[in-house]
Amino acid sequence: MAANVALLGDAPFLILQLLLDGLMIGAIFAVAAYGMALVWGVMNVINVVQGELVMLGGFIAYQLTLWGLSPLWGVPVAAIVLYFVGAGLHHVVIRRVADRDMFISLLATFGLSILLQQLMNQIWGGDVKTAQSGLGTWFLLDYTVTVSQMKVAAFGGAIAIGAVLIIFLKRSRLGQAIRATAQNPRAARILGIDTNRVFAATYGINAALCGAAGALVVMAYSVHPYIGLPYTVRSFMIVIVAGLGNLPGVIVAGLGLGAAENFAGFILGVQYQVAFVFCLLVVILVIRSTLLQRRRQFLK
Amino acid sequence: MSGHRQPLLMLAVAAVGVALPFVIPDYRAQIAMLWALVIMAQTWDITGGQTGYNSFGNILFFGVGMYASVVVQRDVGLDFFPGLVLGMVVGAGIAAALAVLLGSMILRMRGHYFAIATLGLGIAAGEIAGGWDYLGAGSGLSPPLFPAPPGTANLFFAYLYFGVAALVFVALAALYRTRFGLALNAIRDNEDKAEAMGLHTGVYKVTAWTMAAFVLGLVGGAMGNMLGFVDPRDTAFAGATFGVWMVLMAILGGKGTLWGPVLGAVIFHITQELLWTHLLGWQRVALGVIIVGIVVFFPQGILGWARTRWPARHEHQGHGSERA
Amino acid sequence: MLKGWAVAIGSAALGLSILAAGDAQAKVEGDTVYLGAAVSLTGKYTTAGEHTQRGYDLAVKTINDAGGITVGGNTYRLEVIYYDDESTPARGAQLAERLINQDGVDFMLGPYSSGLTKAIAPVTEQYGVPMVEANGASLQLFNKGYRYLFAVLSTTEQYLASAVALAAEIAEREGRDPATLKLAGAFENDPFSQDIRAGVIADAEKFGIQVVIDDQLPPELNDMAATLAKTKAVKPDILVVSGHSKGAALAVRQVEEMRVDVPMLAITHCDSADVIGKFGAASEYTLCASQWAPTLSYQDDVFGSAADYAATFEAEYGYAPPYQAAESSAAVIVFADAFERAGGFGKDAVRDALAATEMQTFYGNIRFDETGKNIAKPMVLYQIQDGAYVVVAPTKWAASEVRHPTPPWSER
Repeated sequence: MAANVALLGDAPFLILQLLLDGLMIGAIFAVAAYGMALVWGVMNVINVVQGELVMLGGFIAYQLTLWGLSPLWGVPVAAIVLYFVGAGLHHVVIRRVADRDMFISLLATFGLSILLQQLMNQIWGGDVKTAQSGLGTWFLLDYTVTVSQMKVAAFGGAIAIGAVLIIFLKRSRLGQAIRATAQNPRAARILGIDTNRVFAATYGINAALCGAAGALVVMAYSVHPYIGLPYTVRSFMIVIVAGLGNLPGVIVAGLGLGAAENFAGFILGVQYQVAFVFCLLVVILVIRSTLLQRRRQFLK
Repeated sequence: MSGHRQPLLMLAVAAVGVALPFVIPDYRAQIAMLWALVIMAQTWDITGGQTGYNSFGNILFFGVGMYASVVVQRDVGLDFFPGLVLGMVVGAGIAAALAVLLGSMILRMRGHYFAIATLGLGIAAGEIAGGWDYLGAGSGLSPPLFPAPPGTANLFFAYLYFGVAALVFVALAALYRTRFGLALNAIRDNEDKAEAMGLHTGVYKVTAWTMAAFVLGLVGGAMGNMLGFVDPRDTAFAGATFGVWMVLMAILGGKGTLWGPVLGAVIFHITQELLWTHLLGWQRVALGVIIVGIVVFFPQGILGWARTRWPARHEHQGHGSERA
Repeated sequence: MLKGWAVAIGSAALGLSILAAGDAQAKVEGDTVYLGAAVSLTGKYTTAGEHTQRGYDLAVKTINDAGGITVGGNTYRLEVIYYDDESTPARGAQLAERLINQDGVDFMLGPYSSGLTKAIAPVTEQYGVPMVEANGASLQLFNKGYRYLFAVLSTTEQYLASAVALAAEIAEREGRDPATLKLAGAFENDPFSQDIRAGVIADAEKFGIQVVIDDQLPPELNDMAATLAKTKAVKPDILVVSGHSKGAALAVRQVEEMRVDVPMLAITHCDSADVIGKFGAASEYTLCASQWAPTLSYQDDVFGSAADYAATFEAEYGYAPPYQAAESSAAVIVFADAFERAGGFGKDAVRDALAATEMQTFYGNIRFDETGKNIAKPMVLYQIQDGAYVVVAPTKWAASEVRHPTPPWSER
């Protein structure tokens, strides 16, 4: 561990490399986290199946490459397919648990995540899948620092998706209906908003975001039926840190998490990178509850 | 259920438990696993059903017990049985200590935040064990072979787990009748009110979780020897199997009841053994469907359902109102 | 309420009685010999589990089509009872109990991976059920004194030993002290890869090679950029990566993507990861440890030569057999041979016959030492040359000289 820190001092370009890699994957975390914040804020559901939806998007983009198409098409195609998958899941499961105790929806979406994992395993097999985007690599500082063009494209794509989402929520009728429902579902209903449709659309949009993120993941990294959960947990952490309804905050928290994870993986050893993510989750929750506690005592 | 039938039922179940390994001796391994699952569901329900704190990470204590026990057996140099007993006790002790330490931090969180924090703990523990050389890291650990003729190991574990399950059942039945049990239910039904009435809710919650942790540590400690191999993610901190099952079994039977977790575990295990192995490849799809189905359409569980179906028979039962 | 309980207990009793009555005792039934196997059809080892199952199936089918086996004057067919172990050791151990106790299986074929084999071996050992396994290479399996465990494959310490030896040899030829070499390693955090790691580190010590990076990769691995960035900084002479097929795919892909210049890249599982098919020219020069190659000159009566096996497999399943399938087929052949020599189906007779095995299969020579591991078959080392796997070590089968060093990416 100390040796790794020393190595950072000896070869400072590593710091730049780790930072760039971390920021680029962080942007993808942020996309999945936007979706989670949306569903959480509007429907009061913590969507544990988030990571599996990301993986499903990746597998769809991978499937396109099997049919001879460029995986870049996967971004829109996966988003559209996942929108309908999401709306379907909402119709069959989510709408029945959304207004119940949050534990019920946690467990129901957890069940969905096991279901989807296994379906993906049955359809695409248990191997790691990647899709070659055909993009190359940039080199900085005399070939020491490498920047995969696909990762940059994924970064740009993630930011663009975020911008489109923000504009959509601000400007469109549906977006306004979603925001109104998030603020007060009953009032929204009284004003003539069909909240059930809004919920279906919200969940569909969330799934579409995950699908687009997954298509970026399969091109820039790789997908596998069983590695969805870390994406779910990352989304959850980002939302907690940023707060609900704070999309710029989500982006910042996502980038920060990506960078922190990469440095932790380097310094502690890659084998502890996932452990780091989950420990960080617990630490963040403990800090949050301590802060809340203090506020409660203050109010007394 | 009305008071005079309870002991009768307990006697009947006890008779079945004692006789079973000899009635169907080929199934001793499954019988041992059955009682282990019963204990997991029972202990999950202490916080999940009775106190309203749904943990997704109780597998943490199970795994800690398993590792501690096998490490004690490896390093202390005792014979098999003294080593196993010492290992189980050490494992249970460490698990309980962890529950006190972690519980005092994360049991302050309400509801779903607690659930997710425990999920994180369970997975983090598996990852850490998987990187730690002292614990065999990713290679896992192999406990010593059971020093007796074939088949006796399963008989031993079947009775061991049955004994623990029975003890836990009797202890919980007594506990839920005390003030302590009522305090847990009060926390579940309205924690703010319970606190306003002067209950030190934190102490109750941590104590409840610690009891669950202690028993799970024991169960895990024996399980390493029963399964014959300790793998960090797949046997010790097996969140995707034992970890989810314990929640599911308690809900299936009816959480917040004494018999619910037992019933849920029995039904779950028999279904699994009957169907699972014939589903070659589709069993987890089935598990997912079952989870969603139960949670969406049957969240009150079998006993909860029975209670709404025949409400008159439950008027004597003090506790057990479900929070929706 | 009592009625509710009566129903519950009644259905539980019913379930148990179905359980008790449902399964036949099936070790040798009529003219069929049953072998039991738990293989990974779901979970992280799905792909390799499928290769394993296909290897078993192909050998069983081929043997049965040729008239089965002759034991004590009667002919018998083979059949395998499969369960899915979900890639988890806990499930594997339970299924082994089930195969032995409820299905009455007296002979077991191994699962995929060292971890699963570690979980199942104590069970088969306890019941004295002979198990021939083909996919548990960890050396730790063979220091426990198991008597009923036999492995047809070479154990982990041999996988990359020839690669490390090759690097040392080349260094000496170039007038360099091998002790000046630097080795970087990244190994998945699972029983198999960690055992590979132990072997590589021991080999490095033997030549005095300095290990400069020793990373463990998590099973959820999808990015090894951190390890490779480190590799760029410390510039080792050898980079070793082992992490089943996903580790192989990731290493080849990211070494190219990040333009990591390293004179020698040695990995495991290239063929099952299909790195040539996936990455084409980027996979050139990579060294791969393999249990078996279709070009080797082994023969047997069941399949013919190694090349014949490859052709039969490809005709059946539509792809070239990875070594995981070949060694699984070999395990069935070994069992068949032991049955015939034992002249009966007593567990201990078959066990003793297995222990006395001395034969050649298409997969290699098989002779077990007293711990049960096959000591008659060496590993081979491939190099990817011009888009094909070419054996470069050991010298007996080497089809070509090793190409070394790998030129830097700027010249490729």
